[in-house]
Amino acid sequence: MTLQAVVNNVAPMPASKDVVVDIQKMSLTFQTADGPVYALSDVDLTINRGDFVSFIGPSGCGKTTLLRVIADLERATAGDILINGVSPRQAREDRAYGYVFQAPALLPWRSIERNVTLPLEIMEISKEERVKRAHDALKLVELNGFEKKFPWQLSGGMQQRASIARALSFDADLLLMDEPFGALDEIVRDHLNEQLLKLWARTNKTVAFVTHSIPEAVFLSSKIVVMSPRPGRIIDVIETDFAKDRTLDIRETPEFLEVAHRVREGLRAGHSYDD
Amino acid sequence: MSGKLDKFCLVGAVFALLSLVFPLSGVDPETGKNVAFVSDLPGLASAMVACVVIGVFFTWSGVTSVLRGSIILLVVIYGAWQAIATLYDHGLAGYASYGFWMFIASLWALVWRGIDVIANYRTLDQGKQQTANIIVPLAFGIWLLFLWEVITAGFGVPQVLLPAPSMIGVRFVNSTGILWDDFRQTFLKAVLAGYVLGCGSGLLVAIAVDRVPFLKRGLLPLGNMVSALPIIGVAPIMVMWFGFDWQSKAAVIVIMTFFPMLVNTVSGLNAAGRLERDLMATYASGYWSTLFRLRLPAALPFIFNALKINSTLALIGAIVAEFFGTPIVGMGFRISTEVGRMNVDMVWAEIALAALAGTAFYGAVALAERKVTSWHPSFRVRRH
Ligand SMILES: Nc1ncnc2c1ncn2[C@@H]1O[C@H](COP(=O)(O)OP(=O)(O)OP(=O)(O)O)[C@@H](O)[C@H]1O
Ligand SMILES: [Mg+2]
Repeated sequence: MTLQAVVNNVAPMPASKDVVVDIQKMSLTFQTADGPVYALSDVDLTINRGDFVSFIGPSGCGKTTLLRVIADLERATAGDILINGVSPRQAREDRAYGYVFQAPALLPWRSIERNVTLPLEIMEISKEERVKRAHDALKLVELNGFEKKFPWQLSGGMQQRASIARALSFDADLLLMDEPFGALDEIVRDHLNEQLLKLWARTNKTVAFVTHSIPEAVFLSSKIVVMSPRPGRIIDVIETDFAKDRTLDIRETPEFLEVAHRVREGLRAGHSYDD
Repeated sequence: MSGKLDKFCLVGAVFALLSLVFPLSGVDPETGKNVAFVSDLPGLASAMVACVVIGVFFTWSGVTSVLRGSIILLVVIYGAWQAIATLYDHGLAGYASYGFWMFIASLWALVWRGIDVIANYRTLDQGKQQTANIIVPLAFGIWLLFLWEVITAGFGVPQVLLPAPSMIGVRFVNSTGILWDDFRQTFLKAVLAGYVLGCGSGLLVAIAVDRVPFLKRGLLPLGNMVSALPIIGVAPIMVMWFGFDWQSKAAVIVIMTFFPMLVNTVSGLNAAGRLERDLMATYASGYWSTLFRLRLPAALPFIFNALKINSTLALIGAIVAEFFGTPIVGMGFRISTEVGRMNVDMVWAEIALAALAGTAFYGAVALAERKVTSWHPSFRVRRH
C-alpha cells in the first residue's frame, strides 16, 4: 500500500458550499468574580462537510469552550457563528450534532443500554429501533454484553465508551468530541481511533475532535487546529491529506512525522507566549 | 487463639460466680425471712453454674466462631428463662437482691459478646448473611424486653409507673378488637389519607415553585414559618373546620407533611449536575422531558428522605390531633381516655401498636427507596 500524504500550508479556504461550521471573529469572555477571563479571542474557523478537525493546545486554551459555543451550550460574546447555515441554537434544536463530553455523564439510574437509548427516547424513535441502534452503537465501541449493567459497574474507560455510543446512536452528521479517548489505555485508544476513522470514512460525517495527543491528532484529522492560551486563540491550522482508509502504520512514515513536527512547533510557539 | 483473655466472658464468669455467693432475695417484712435461696432452686443454680463454666471456658479459648457465639446465646436464653421463672413462680418479684442482679449482669456481658460475634459475621452466602442480619436486631430487641421485664418485676415497680412487657402483651392480645378499630380509624383513614395528600401536594407544588422563580422566593420562607407552627395550636382549629372525624386529623397531617416534602423536592430538583443538564440540552430535550428523564430521578433520594420523615410525622400528628376531639375511637383517643382511667397497660398496648405501625410504615417506605434508588451510591453494591 502506498500512502500519499501531503502537508499543505494554510491556504485560503476553498470556497465550498458545504460549510458545516462557520465562525468569524468570534470572542468569548467569562465574567467572573476575579474579573473577566478571555477564554476565546478573535477566532476564525471553517469546517466543511466531511472534515475531521482536531483541536490541540495546552490545558485552558479554550478547546472545550469552542466546542461548547458550536453546540450552543455557551454564547459567544462577539462574532458570527453559523452551523449548517443557521444559528447554533437552531442547529441544536434541529439535533444537528452529537456531543461527547470530557466526562462520561451517564445517568446512574439507567442501564448502559437505556443510557444509549436516552437521546432516541427524547427524539421519539420507536422501541425496537431504539434497541437495535443501541445494540449497533455498543458493538462499535465493543461494549456488547454490557447492556444491562449500570454505569457504576463499569470502569472509567468503559463508561467513556458508553458515552461515545450514546452520541453515535442517533446518527447526527456532526460529531463534537471533547477528549473522548483521554481516559483510555494506549491499545484501546488505538483501536477506537481506527474504528472512528472507519466510521468517518464510511459515513462522511463531520467531526470536531479535541485531544492532547499529537499522534492522535495527526492520525485522525484532515485538519489540525493548534490553539494557544491567554487569550485562547487559533495559532495554526494544518491540513493533511492522508488517504481516508489509512491505517495505524502511517505513523511511521516521514509525512506523518513531518506534520507531527509542525504541530509540536506550533504548540511550542504558543507556550513561549507565556515566558 | 489470640492469647488474650476475652474480657466480656471474664466479666460474665465473675458475675455468675458472685451470684452463687450473694443473697438471692431480700427479706419479707411479714415473715422476717429471706424469700428464696439459690440452694432451693436447682434450675436457677444450674443456669448460674452454666454461665460460670462457659464464661471461664471462653475467657481462655476465645469466642472465635459463630457456633461458639450461638452456644453463649443458648445458655443466656436458658438463664433468662430461669430468671423469669424464679421471679414469678418462686415469689421473687419485688424482692430480688444482689445475687439476682449479678446474675442478670452476667447474662448481659455474655449476650453482648454473643451478639457481637454474630453481628461481625461476614459471608458471601446470601441466605446465611441475611439470617445473621435478622438475628442481631431481634436478639437485641428481645434482650431489651427481658431487661424491662426483669427490672419491673424484680424491683416491684408499680404498674401505673411502668407495667411489665408481659402485662402489656397480655392486654394487647386480649384487646385486639379495640386495637384494630383504633388502628383502622387512626392509621388506615387519617394517616394514609393525610400522608398521601400532604406528600402529593408538596411534590406538585415543589415542581410549580421550581418553575416559577417568584414563588420560590415567596413561598419557601412562608413554608418554613408554617412548618414551625405548633401542632397543638393547629389541631383544634382543624377540628373546627373539618369536624370530629378523621378528616380533621388528615388535615393536620397534610399541614405537617406538606412542607418537608416541598423543601426537599425543591432542593432535589436542583440536584442534577450541570453536565447532565447540558447533555439534555444537546438533545434539545424540552422542559417536561428533562423533568421526567433527568431532574425527578435525580431528586428521588431527596423525595424519599421527605417520605421517610413524613411517615413518622404523620403518625405523631394523627395521635396528638385526636386529643382535641374525636369520635370515640382512635389510637390517640384511647390513650387519652385510658390514662384518665389509670388503665396504663392499655395505654402501653396502644403505644406498642403505634410503634409497630410506625416501624412498619417507615420500613415499607425505606424498602421502596431501596428498590427505586438502588443506583444511589449509598445503596449500591459493586457486583460483576
Ligand atoms: N464557566 C466558566 N466560567 C469562567 N471561566 C471559565 C468557564 N469555563 C471555562 N472557563 C475558563 O476558560 C478557559 C478555557 O477553558 P476550557 O475549558 O475551554 O479549556 P480547555 O482548553 O478545554 O482545557 P482542558 O484541555 O484542560 O480541557 C479557562 O481559563 C477556564 O478557566
Ligand atoms: Mg476541556
